[in-house]
Amino acid sequence: MHNYLHIENAKMVFDTKKGKFTALTDINLTVKQGEFIALIGHSGCGKSTLLNLVAGLTSPTDGILLLSEREISGPGPERAVVFQNHSLLPWLTCFGNVYLAVERVFGAREAKAKLKERTQAALELVGLAHAMHKHPGEISGGMKQRVGIARALAMEPKVLLLDEPFGALDALTRAGLQDELMRIVQETHATTLMVTHDVDEAVLLSDRIVMMTNGPAATIGEVLDVDLPRPRDRLKLAENAHYHHLRGQVLEFLYQKHMKKAA
Amino acid sequence: MSAVTFNEGSLKDIMNKPDTVPASAAPVETQAKPRPTPYFETERGLALLESFGNFFRATLPPVIGIALFILLWQIVSASGGDSGLPGPAKTWEAAKALFADPFYDNGPNDKGIGWNILHSLYRVGAGFGLAALVGIPLGFMIGRFAFLSGMMAPIISLLRPVSPLAWLPIGLYVFKETEPASLWVIFISSIWPIILNTAAGVSRVPQDYLNVARVLNLSEWKIFTRILFPSVLPHLMTGIRLSMGVAWLVIVAAEMLTGGTGLGFWVWDEWNNLNVEHILIAIFVVGIIGLLLEQGLMLIAKRFNYE
Ligand SMILES: Nc1ncnc2c1ncn2[C@@H]1O[C@H](COP(=O)(O)OP(=O)(O)OP(=O)(O)O)[C@@H](O)[C@H]1O
Ligand SMILES: [Mg+2]
Repeated sequence: MHNYLHIENAKMVFDTKKGKFTALTDINLTVKQGEFIALIGHSGCGKSTLLNLVAGLTSPTDGILLLSEREISGPGPERAVVFQNHSLLPWLTCFGNVYLAVERVFGAREAKAKLKERTQAALELVGLAHAMHKHPGEISGGMKQRVGIARALAMEPKVLLLDEPFGALDALTRAGLQDELMRIVQETHATTLMVTHDVDEAVLLSDRIVMMTNGPAATIGEVLDVDLPRPRDRLKLAENAHYHHLRGQVLEFLYQKHMKKAA
Repeated sequence: MSAVTFNEGSLKDIMNKPDTVPASAAPVETQAKPRPTPYFETERGLALLESFGNFFRATLPPVIGIALFILLWQIVSASGGDSGLPGPAKTWEAAKALFADPFYDNGPNDKGIGWNILHSLYRVGAGFGLAALVGIPLGFMIGRFAFLSGMMAPIISLLRPVSPLAWLPIGLYVFKETEPASLWVIFISSIWPIILNTAAGVSRVPQDYLNVARVLNLSEWKIFTRILFPSVLPHLMTGIRLSMGVAWLVIVAAEMLTGGTGLGFWVWDEWNNLNVEHILIAIFVVGIIGLLLEQGLMLIAKRFNYE
């Protein structure tokens, strides 16, 4: 396992109508291949901004981002993104949305029937086989999010970037998808960066939790090693003292050291 | 302090007092002779009644509006005496005669109204079709490439406000014939809404959709067919609708000047014949066809709206 993703002194400044706004500064992070990183921090601190930098959708004002020792110069299908606002194309069905991605990644090598099979399998995985031929406008917010997840997973990416992928889901669906995600990541060894607001989710899924300070000019405050053995079982963890200790540390960071002042 | 005092108790008494025969009388009757529920109290009957109600609520105001319009028309024509405008009844009779044989053909300057309508529609279709053929790709390019947009902006803002008929002499001079000249006028006056709306649509494609395209690294062709085109389509339809409206406005004026065939020519011809009924009919025909075109395009546009 070598250092796969490397972020050095990354800084992100936005040009706004009111002048320059420094969203991120001094971001330093090294991620090993196959590692699962959870990004946690208060709303508006710059988690999505950091994820967009890794996705290559924006370039840093300053600093370097390396993936496999090559500078990230733009987005690419080996880095799949589950967008915070799902970003489905409203004129394509759920199937069409996933198929567009599958076709792009596997279209050159595989026959149409196989591509359709992959699409269908991805939708079944997120429990949406029945809504396959509906348009995004006809399904609920949680279902849209799941289509977004299916689209990313179907691409079998090397790097999986998830921006609050389970935010709009009920607890039961969320738990099911968390388990699926753990299984898939373990199977495919995808390097994963996941933004979340959910402390339990962060501890359950990740190898390390990156905790960010509040913006403006947010940076990485602490990094917590989650040294719980895998495979993890949510029921057994509930009785695990170390799990609760880790959970407590994240909560302490968020609610004591970096309490967000009420606006 | 008011002189009249208000006794709450007595008010309640009044409210509770039955103002008709005692209520107990009615149930006795229904019990004695059970009758089938009247149709308008059944579920289907009620639904029918309600849909009738909705229908009247929707149609009543326009019907009243049209009736008032006809009344006003009648008053205006009656107050003019013998030299006044023809009234609704007289115009209606003339229209019936006119539409009894819409497709007669007695040589160059004497054709049925049907032919004139078809000629006008053909010119609008051809001129507008050319405008779409040029305007849509141009709009896409202007929306996609800032350089081109900067290049075209001054030309468009200069030419767009020019009155359509000012283009007619240019057309006559260049083409030496009236037919292509009137197509040219339609073309040049209806191309602007198509270009501008398409370009605006392209520059307003949500960044989220473009991000999807970038993450997937889609080919330009896929970006166009899967993202740009569907996203711009509603704007494009608006452009087409406005453009068609302009074309239909302009055709009558253009045909008045170029002559030969078409509704515009017909209006002018009937003016020379002093047949005012026919001019009024022409106005209605132009209005109704314009309305139908607009409604038809709206219907199509609705199908392409995904929001
Ligand atoms: N394109 C932009 N232009 C200007 N400012 C921006 C832009 N994108 C983000 N910001 C600002 O950067 C900061 C971080 O935004 P970001 O979306 O990364 O937050 P976040 O941590 O993802 O929040 P949330 O948890 O609510 O999604 C915010 O203050 C936001 O206003
Ligand atoms: Mg965010």
